[in-house]
Amino acid sequence: MSDMDMNRRNFLKTSVGAAAVAIAPGMLLYSVAQGKSEGASSKVRWGMLIDTNQCKPGCNDCVTACNNENGLSGETKPTDSQWIRKIDIKDISTGREISLPMMCQHCEHPPCVDVCPTNASMKRADGIVLVDKHRCIGCRYCMMACPYKARSFVHEPLTGQNPDVPRGKGTVESCTLCVHRIDVGGKSACSEACPNKAIMFGDLNDANSEISRKVHSVASVQVRADLRLNPGVRYQGL
Amino acid sequence: MKKLFFSLLLCLCLPVWAADAPKLDIGKGGQCVEDTQWMRKNHMHLLKHARDDALRLGIRDEKRSLKVCIECHASTRDNSVIARADSFCVGCHKYEAVKLDCFECHSGTRKSAWLAQRNAK
Ligand code: SF4
Ligand code: SF4
Repeated sequence: MSDMDMNRRNFLKTSVGAAAVAIAPGMLLYSVAQGKSEGASSKVRWGMLIDTNQCKPGCNDCVTACNNENGLSGETKPTDSQWIRKIDIKDISTGREISLPMMCQHCEHPPCVDVCPTNASMKRADGIVLVDKHRCIGCRYCMMACPYKARSFVHEPLTGQNPDVPRGKGTVESCTLCVHRIDVGGKSACSEACPNKAIMFGDLNDANSEISRKVHSVASVQVRADLRLNPGVRYQGL
Repeated sequence: MKKLFFSLLLCLCLPVWAADAPKLDIGKGGQCVEDTQWMRKNHMHLLKHARDDALRLGIRDEKRSLKVCIECHASTRDNSVIARADSFCVGCHKYEAVKLDCFECHSGTRKSAWLAQRNAK
């Protein structure tokens, strides 16, 4: 074995190499806001209620907020990631036009999770559907399975990601419901950004939350409810 | 004779060692999780365990968070653990010839600095 090899080994085996590392025990961490340590609870079901009567055609503020928060380019080519889109629909028989945002509906029975061969596509205990990019092999089965066209594939290498939102080439991604904000007590960026308060974020399982009281008292529907996926995102005025 | 041989060998070895050991640009050193030598050997296991807990269970343990590691260890010059050859992560990984995959997705920049930059925009 050459001297060079020996040295490489010693570097790991002994603390001689520690010369390069200043040792000063008891140093404090910079404080960075982190989440609770008890983890996601199945007592909670995060969801959103979108009031299409309040959503204005032409307004794109939720999409912009999502792009800024999660570091998406905002481009809309077929190869660009889009976690939330504004959709305009028209009832042909009445001529009534409405505008609404669509994103991952955070299904209770998500087909994207069913089809994933690596268990990368997963649902957290609190109902948030995520891609574990450590496991994702980029097969894109989940993109095919999602009835809402909610997922995107990252085609190009990325740099400058938000430290809270890791994203990378070769993996599939979609709306995380801003899980990094939820875990520090916040709510989704789109719901905060809407100037017309059309997006309400909250815990559907908590009978006293604003969203629970509202879905209890006003008519709201799930998109493609016939699929019985029980999405956590509901729409009013559809 | 044996003694002479070994001391000669030692003389040959030392300069090589001195020239090759990575000199890292460490923003802030010191021990917070385990001692340096332990961390040098085992940090990858901690990170792997923490990543599964954080992502899949929502258990975000501050002490085992990559973000918090970076917050201290990033260079004070460029706020990064990967920007240059002597950056905290790159320095050793280059020396040990171990591929560094984390930063294909994760940011190598100190979060406080990244936020300050975003807010300035
Ligand atoms: S909307 Fe699509 S991506 Fe989101 S949970 Fe349902 S099937 Fe999965
Ligand atoms: S692209 Fe990734 S998350 Fe989607 S099904 Fe394939 S491995 Fe699972």
